[in-house]
Amino acid sequence: MTKATLERGLNAFREQVDAPVAAFFSSCVNCGMCAEACLFYTETGDPKYTPIHKLEPLRRVWEQDYTLVGKLKKLLGLARPVTDELLREWQELLYDSCTMCGRCSLVCPVGNDISYMVRKAREGMVASGNSPVDVQGAAQRAVTIGSPMGVRFKALSSQIKHIEANSGLKIPLDVAGADYMPLLSSMEIINFPEYIESLARIFRQAGISWTLCSDAFEATNTGIQIGSSDIARELVQRIVDGAERLKVKFVISPECGHAYTSIRWEGPDLIGRPFPFKVIHILELLDELRASGRIKTANLSSERMTFHDPCSIARKGGVIDSPRKLMEMVSSNFVEMQDHGKWNWCCGGGGGVSAIGDAEALRFKVFKRKKEQIEQTGASKLVTACANCRLVIEEGLEEYNVELPLEGLTELVAHHLVEDA
Amino acid sequence: MNDSMDFLLWTRGTAFDVAIAIFIIGLIIRLFEIVSLGRERTLAEPKGSEFLPGVKTILTRTLPDGGTFKRQPLTVIAGYVFHVGLLITLLLFIPHIELFRETFGFGWPGLPNPIVDAAAVLGVVGLLAALWNRLTNPVMKMLSGGEDYLVWVLTFLPLLTGYLAYHRMINPYPLAMGLHLLSIELLLILFPFTKLMHTFTLFLARWYNGAMSGRRGVQS
Repeated sequence: MTKATLERGLNAFREQVDAPVAAFFSSCVNCGMCAEACLFYTETGDPKYTPIHKLEPLRRVWEQDYTLVGKLKKLLGLARPVTDELLREWQELLYDSCTMCGRCSLVCPVGNDISYMVRKAREGMVASGNSPVDVQGAAQRAVTIGSPMGVRFKALSSQIKHIEANSGLKIPLDVAGADYMPLLSSMEIINFPEYIESLARIFRQAGISWTLCSDAFEATNTGIQIGSSDIARELVQRIVDGAERLKVKFVISPECGHAYTSIRWEGPDLIGRPFPFKVIHILELLDELRASGRIKTANLSSERMTFHDPCSIARKGGVIDSPRKLMEMVSSNFVEMQDHGKWNWCCGGGGGVSAIGDAEALRFKVFKRKKEQIEQTGASKLVTACANCRLVIEEGLEEYNVELPLEGLTELVAHHLVEDA
Repeated sequence: MNDSMDFLLWTRGTAFDVAIAIFIIGLIIRLFEIVSLGRERTLAEPKGSEFLPGVKTILTRTLPDGGTFKRQPLTVIAGYVFHVGLLITLLLFIPHIELFRETFGFGWPGLPNPIVDAAAVLGVVGLLAALWNRLTNPVMKMLSGGEDYLVWVLTFLPLLTGYLAYHRMINPYPLAMGLHLLSIELLLILFPFTKLMHTFTLFLARWYNGAMSGRRGVQS
């Protein structure tokens, strides 16, 4: 890769300025309401975490290069330039303290989509060499090894053998012509292999033709998180190549938030062409199977359960009703958190934040919001649909000494599944 | 008396024409600056349409969400009070409508003067509350720069001078009217080049937000 410099960073910022960005910055009157939507502000009370403030570098580039007055000010030497120093200072604001959860984009009275701009601003941060070292490392591993956590196919292969031996289920691998190709996140392979077993169980019952792909199984996309379209493109391309090689009709995005954004929404734009297959989120697919009667559940749990909406899936992905219908399939005592669905509060670790070591103390601090939300429900089990949310919440609860079991929704459905076999 | 009459005539004539010209040309330049940047075509299979969700967001963002209102009632209330007071005064004061009718050949019904008078007071009070909020709320204080205070002054002066002129609190009257017009001209000239542009661009911003969300089947 080319060496990161301020000049490359400025060019990357410039490339990111489009009509929505210009309309957003033109409209901001500094009312500060976005701060109230951001858990990094509400839990710390520090004004520097105000979402729109995190975009100051991009705002300056827009003003100085894309507005008449800004150009004039720059010419006269009256503009405050974007410097290496500024970008270094903003690293904490654009990475450690933003999960791109998109809650601010929902409250802005003039309609600014702030998280859309944070995603863009990160491109400039990467190009100027101001992205966090930890996320750079994860991105590097994703490119060279194939997974941000350094998980190789060998690890998946041994998990598959384990699952097959213990459950008697078959995990199809590299089956050309299968209908569905599920993707996984490294965390599922390492921390939550139950997910793979659950898929096998549900798909066997529903009679679905599916296959894992040995060179396209990783769904997470560090390129999207760090803000590098080059890396994001390469990772998406691997999935597309695998899906095309096996000629599948559907690619299934796993229980992972940003993976859905990257493969479902940004993917085709990154590689510059529409996909020859459809992308569906696992919760959408399970809900379809439920609606068509292909899967049924029994022995509903009376335990009080609540559901944490992963931001990328609910607020930014529109998958809100499906998990609720699935919760009704497994629990007779499902309770909502006070702010749920599109108003859900982030776990505090999305958008790459959970990978940043330096951000850990801040992450635990802002986790208070989620902890209170969960406690208000009085639930004795928390269900979610994102491996990263799950780990972040587990760590957060541990930090605050709260005992509460967590489970993935797919596993829970598999657990209550009525099986013919 | 003559001096003040000359001043009024100038503010009604040359100054007004120049201000309107800068305002309109500036507006066109600024809107062109934004829209001409365009938007990349997206290739992902859409889950919903763009147009209606865009229009819906233009409307819905006029009301605050419950959570924000609970946390920042002053920002929301002061904002509403001054916008509503200002818009009633600007658009429903009969002399304003008559001026518009003279210039463009059509008008609309106005409100009785005492109601507009009350609206102007609300506008002034709302603006003062908004300023106080900007100076004391830690988030707004940190965010605000010179331009935020400049646009506050630009908005406040026409309301203030109009109120003073209407109540004959500045003498002679032509001077009062001249000052009122001058403050409006100042507003018009700087409007396209400051945050006052949000008056128009917020429709673009809300539309883009709603449309981009709508495409993904996401509520905005």
